[in-house]
Amino acid sequence: MRRIAKIGRLPAWAILAVALVLTLFPFYWMVRTALTPAADLYSDSGALFPQNPTMVNFQRILGLTTQEEARAAGGSGAQIDFARYLLNSVVYSGLIATLQTFFCAMAGYAFARLRFPGRELVFGIMIAALMVPPIFTLLPNFVLVKSLDWVNTFAGMVAPSILMTPFAVFFLRQFFLSIPRDVEEAARLDGNGAWGVFWRIVLPMSRGPLITIGLTTTVWAWKDYLWPLLVGREEETRVLTVALGVFLQQSPNTRPDWTGLMAGSTLSVLPVLLLLVFLGRRLVQSLNFSGIK
Amino acid sequence: MRTMRTEERSQVAEPRDAGAPRRRRARPRDDRRAAWIFLIPAIAGFVIFYGYPTVRGFWYSLTDYNLLTDPAYVGGDNYAQLVRDPQFWHSLTVTGYYVLINIGSQMLLGLLLAALMHRLTRSVMLRAMLLLPWLVPNVTVGLLWIWLLDADLGFVNHLLKALGLGTVGFFVSPDWAMPTIAMVNTWAYTGYTALLLYAGMLQIPQHLYESAAIDGAGELRMFRSITLPMLRPVLALVLVVSLIGSFQIFDTVAVVAGGSGESSAIRVIYYFIYQQAFKYFHMGYASAAALTLALILGVLTVVQMRLLRASRSDLA
Repeated sequence: MRRIAKIGRLPAWAILAVALVLTLFPFYWMVRTALTPAADLYSDSGALFPQNPTMVNFQRILGLTTQEEARAAGGSGAQIDFARYLLNSVVYSGLIATLQTFFCAMAGYAFARLRFPGRELVFGIMIAALMVPPIFTLLPNFVLVKSLDWVNTFAGMVAPSILMTPFAVFFLRQFFLSIPRDVEEAARLDGNGAWGVFWRIVLPMSRGPLITIGLTTTVWAWKDYLWPLLVGREEETRVLTVALGVFLQQSPNTRPDWTGLMAGSTLSVLPVLLLLVFLGRRLVQSLNFSGIK
Repeated sequence: MRTMRTEERSQVAEPRDAGAPRRRRARPRDDRRAAWIFLIPAIAGFVIFYGYPTVRGFWYSLTDYNLLTDPAYVGGDNYAQLVRDPQFWHSLTVTGYYVLINIGSQMLLGLLLAALMHRLTRSVMLRAMLLLPWLVPNVTVGLLWIWLLDADLGFVNHLLKALGLGTVGFFVSPDWAMPTIAMVNTWAYTGYTALLLYAGMLQIPQHLYESAAIDGAGELRMFRSITLPMLRPVLALVLVVSLIGSFQIFDTVAVVAGGSGESSAIRVIYYFIYQQAFKYFHMGYASAAALTLALILGVLTVVQMRLLRASRSDLA
């Protein structure tokens, strides 16, 4: 595996190093700007380190300062409450990830193991939905949520995603098909019903794939923008991505409030950074498919 | 969403017992009742939020509908109008331009990074860091780069000035805006693409490289004669999946449009549909455009499914 001649390796490592710097530098610049007082923005704009580092940008977007203090620190004075948006984002992705994973596990198990007429047909129809691009169902779903008066409620925000996605059903079914039958048969003979086998035997055995699906769904929901923008724009349901978009447009003068915006951006990166630190190995290895088979 | 989920689609093991004889007992078990209970949430979700809206979307595309009054049937009028709408064609051209730059650069850079990692290191740490931009919301990615590329205070323009080059209004200039957005998304997705390709490369039998090295082949030769041909099915699959994702570019464009004002230079097809639906409330017209996009993506998806099957027989 390591057969590259010693000298040839240096430029190769150099390219990787450059890629790494290009990947990480924008995040450094984001944090650096967030720690810069707005008054220094102009004078500091080319400096690698803030001359007078401050936490005031975080404090003001989290609503920890008074309106006057916020305005003095470069804010527009508009109501801004990133603590709430952060919480909304966590609730949004948490609800979707847990419920979707659970319901799709139930469905995947039924398709993999339970015997009933029409099984392949129902499964086939569900999988066909993978072919429909999200934008196509998004318009009618918006009309539906609006007619239910669910706009700007968490119910409307999460409803289309919590019950199922075709992909998660497909993924979990494939996994359940691959686990040995014998254990389940034995549990059946011990007097367990379908639910008992699923709850006591199958779910605990499937922690890996369940976490993988839960994790990717969390990331997907965390990044989600268009649907929350349409359905959850108001304060009560506004998530971080929508809040950042609104914040950018609320700029007081011609120049956006960059120090505040970068503080808000940092808040949207921190949770995924934590995810990467604690679950990075699993996340990276979930891309490590055992061959496209 | 589609792009980010490819990996598991491939990670899944083959069904071992599909079609195998199931009859161990005299009478086959029938789990009908339990099964439908297990399926209630998924079927409800499917019918309400996938099946029904698909039918509705098709119906809307044949109507004049402004969200306030009931949809009025107009037959194929929306489609006829769409074909004659220069804005629609322009948005398709803009999208194509974006896809070309984005996918071209992303695949090449991803392949380069994957090949280097494959021959140099197995570090999980490195891969995790390269994955970071993909984990961050596209909105955040857009903001970071709008700031980095800001014409007056942006870091990149400071660099350009230091190098004696003039500053560029990356997101403001009509000529620069779309390529800039494409490259910003290349920045966000290259690590992810590289990791998928890298995973494909790990499947290539190591002894091929060992014997090639004994025969005196250099790294470039090995890449051309072993890595590329062996990776072909994975490469094709990743390409199509990335294409499907790339066609659906919206978030970054929306953020840029919100920041520096929207212009036709960056009005991609998703944004066109979004504006028709939620700015002008032409729901019927927007649905017709969405259906057209769905057909384009449908063709790509069929190609993807075929590749998925082809790659199975190739690497099995």
